Amino acid sequence: MLHKIQAEKFGSRGEGMAHAVEACVHCGFCLPTCPTYLTMGEEMDSPRGRIFLMKEVLEGNLSVDQAAPYVDRCLGCLACETSCPSGVRYGHLISPYRAYAQKNRKNNLFQKTFRWLLMESLPHPGRFRFLLQMAVFSRPLQGLLPRMLRSPLSLLPKTIPKEDDLPEIFPAKGDQRARVALLTGCAQQVLAPEINRATLRVLSENGVEVVIPKSQGCCGALAMHLGEVERAKISARKNLEVFENAGPLDAIVTNAAGCGSGLSEYRDLFHGEPEEERAKNLFALVQDVSLFLHNLGLKKPSGWPEPRKIAYHDACHLSHAQGVREAPRELLRSIPNLILMEPLEWEVCCGSAGTYNLEHPETADLLGQRKAKNLADTGADAVATGNIGCLVQVRNQLEKTGSNIHVFHTMQILEEAYRNGA
Amino acid sequence: MKDRAALIKDLGRIFPPDRLLDSSAQLAPYESDGLTCFRSRPSAVVLAETQEEVIQTVRWCYQHSVPFMARGSGTSLSGGSVPVADGVVIALNRLSRIVQLDPVERTVTVEPGVVNLKVSEVAAPYNLYYAPDPSSQQICTIGGNLAFNSGGAHCLKYGMTSNHVLGIKAVLPDGEVVHFGGPSLESAGPDLTGFYCGNEGLFGVALEVVLRLLPKPEFFRTVMAAYDSMEAAGNAVTRIVSSGLLPGALEIMDRLAIKAAEAAVQAGYPKDAAAILIVELDGEKDAVESDYIRLSALINETGANTVIVARDTVERMKIWKGRKSAFSAVGRLSADFIVQDGVVPRARLGEALAEIERLSNIYNLRVANVFHAGDGNLHPLILYDGREEGALERAEELAGKIIKLCISMGGSITGEHGVGLEKKAYLPEMFSPVDIETMERVRAQIDPKFISNTGKMLPGGEAPALVIRGLHPLEKEGILSRE
Repeated sequence: MLHKIQAEKFGSRGEGMAHAVEACVHCGFCLPTCPTYLTMGEEMDSPRGRIFLMKEVLEGNLSVDQAAPYVDRCLGCLACETSCPSGVRYGHLISPYRAYAQKNRKNNLFQKTFRWLLMESLPHPGRFRFLLQMAVFSRPLQGLLPRMLRSPLSLLPKTIPKEDDLPEIFPAKGDQRARVALLTGCAQQVLAPEINRATLRVLSENGVEVVIPKSQGCCGALAMHLGEVERAKISARKNLEVFENAGPLDAIVTNAAGCGSGLSEYRDLFHGEPEEERAKNLFALVQDVSLFLHNLGLKKPSGWPEPRKIAYHDACHLSHAQGVREAPRELLRSIPNLILMEPLEWEVCCGSAGTYNLEHPETADLLGQRKAKNLADTGADAVATGNIGCLVQVRNQLEKTGSNIHVFHTMQILEEAYRNGA
Repeated sequence: MKDRAALIKDLGRIFPPDRLLDSSAQLAPYESDGLTCFRSRPSAVVLAETQEEVIQTVRWCYQHSVPFMARGSGTSLSGGSVPVADGVVIALNRLSRIVQLDPVERTVTVEPGVVNLKVSEVAAPYNLYYAPDPSSQQICTIGGNLAFNSGGAHCLKYGMTSNHVLGIKAVLPDGEVVHFGGPSLESAGPDLTGFYCGNEGLFGVALEVVLRLLPKPEFFRTVMAAYDSMEAAGNAVTRIVSSGLLPGALEIMDRLAIKAAEAAVQAGYPKDAAAILIVELDGEKDAVESDYIRLSALINETGANTVIVARDTVERMKIWKGRKSAFSAVGRLSADFIVQDGVVPRARLGEALAEIERLSNIYNLRVANVFHAGDGNLHPLILYDGREEGALERAEELAGKIIKLCISMGGSITGEHGVGLEKKAYLPEMFSPVDIETMERVRAQIDPKFISNTGKMLPGGEAPALVIRGLHPLEKEGILSRE
């Protein structure tokens, strides 16, 4: 599409935004995989519609506030990038655009407070745990709360898992084949510490020594996606330093897709800034744990005595943002007696999308129900996925439909498959 | 404009506020379809959810003499779904019910907002499918397919949309609701269903369409053959067709198109080939296999240097994915391009391509070619840099030369994309003034107020044809903008 965006007016990432607009030919191939277009059926809530709107704002024809309702509703799942034949890098447009919009929009006090609360709690395990405990304690009162505050509560586990202090080094079993660092993921470590435990055991089983730097912090993805660039940069600088000091590494592995793509986005975050080179070096090392294990060559698990049907749910930040689709499937297929099931609409977001299900509960519910149905229709006994956000969302949505299908992280399934042979 | 805005508020009697879009941010994304060089802003977009709402809207437009345009997914490549400036857009995406599926009669009745591929999906459990397959089939709607009599790769064997439409319920521009044809394969009297197909939105809005379903072919043989020259690929097409074989599809892509498709979807096409031929045989297994032996021999004789035969559905879909993504994939080679759609007699394909190449050199513009070779339906994609002064005008002029070439060879100005806005100016090249006047009279009988997608297809009258050079009169008035 032709445009009159003056890229230089928008800082170091202006050029990337302009390129994304240029590359869009408005063909509409993105529409069938866009979760908001699928649920709303209107052009403003589609990728090409949003590109058009952002272009209009960047050209000065529309105000940030006029476009805000539609741009805000984007889940940032990037399914449009996967389906785009002309190679539009939508992520290169929406992320910097949100940062620009955040600075130039009218204040919405309620939203601002809510976002501040999220950013001050979720990335800090101590505070997040405290908040969760308060919330679980106050659950009987939740009927009195407005919808926006009720929805986060409905996503909570029945009980908060016990705090799990991870060791600084988790040794490899047998001959050491590799040494990696693990990003533990802030919300994940509080909500489901068993995922990191399973990851450590699976890596160890495969001869991988894992370093878990104590001083690591939030990857910054949450702030990035809410357009809070400066806050994201503070997190990013800290992590750059922490992982640079973690000794020789074959990889920095992540097991939460959102965090993995967050680390990968450091390159763009620091584009044209002094940290750019370091961010690139970090990016070269970042790998989702499933891809890392697949490339390393997985030690054959013993599997189960009886066949089990497992449906794989693609986390958007793994499949679309990081392009990892086959590796986790290959790992699962290598488990004897595991029958891998494929749901319809693999590319459509489940509605979790970071904090989306907290900010837009209605849309998130529609998408969650759609996903739950597609997963249940496979006839699977359990679901495997690679992201804590999806895991919580899909589990809740399945429960709502009365289904008893359990949802696990891919690493938990692998761990069990190893344990069975032990 | 102010009066129109006040009038639009009155539509609130039909639509709740969340389905009556009239703010700038809501209207801007509806300004273009699949051809972004045309833009025009409507006064309002209504999101219709029922047939009754569409009927009421059309009657309201008729009563107030407000132009309207029905829009599906906005994928038209001729500007056919660019809004009528200051008019009303009736968005039909939510009018998407499968009304009835009859697997015994092999028909399905759908509302216009149903996506083309969805028809095949709902028919799949009965081992049936809907044959017309435009490249945008995963998103284009049946309403748009009907309005433009859309084709697709497999129309060589199976025919266009009009060959698969049995019945239509529509609201005409004056608000009258009509039924043409029906579920039966044969009907008495004039073929009004065929008459309605391809009306480009000038005859009101289709509300329900009865489509014919076909049994899924039992077996496929999909072959990709690479050639050192375009001429050799063109000759292969002539040889295949004259041998009496009738493939389901017979497609050619040239070097630039191959490059773009490879960059987009890694279809496995040989990157150094000057042209590739995609041939698909479909039908009963025995018949396909015996045809395949003949086809293989022909491909060998015509000097293909690489031949890939799909071994399974995955490989078959991969070959097709490259072809079907080609238009949009060209966006990777050039941010701006014009998709052309012309037809030449099949036997003169080679001649036409040589002439296009000559013109491309004269105009110093790259042209990528993707086409339904079996039908002689060319899709030259003219690449230009919109930021370069005068480049769009040069590209449009070249497009015009190509269209005139098609006409002079005894072909047509459109194979399947329609006339729309883009080729309106060339209609008089193909038809005599008497022909066009007759078309106008027919149109005036159906749409006496000229409110239904007015300004498209037919030249003259209310909206002057687009000119090749300089500003369009509507642009001068600031109603239409072409970037």
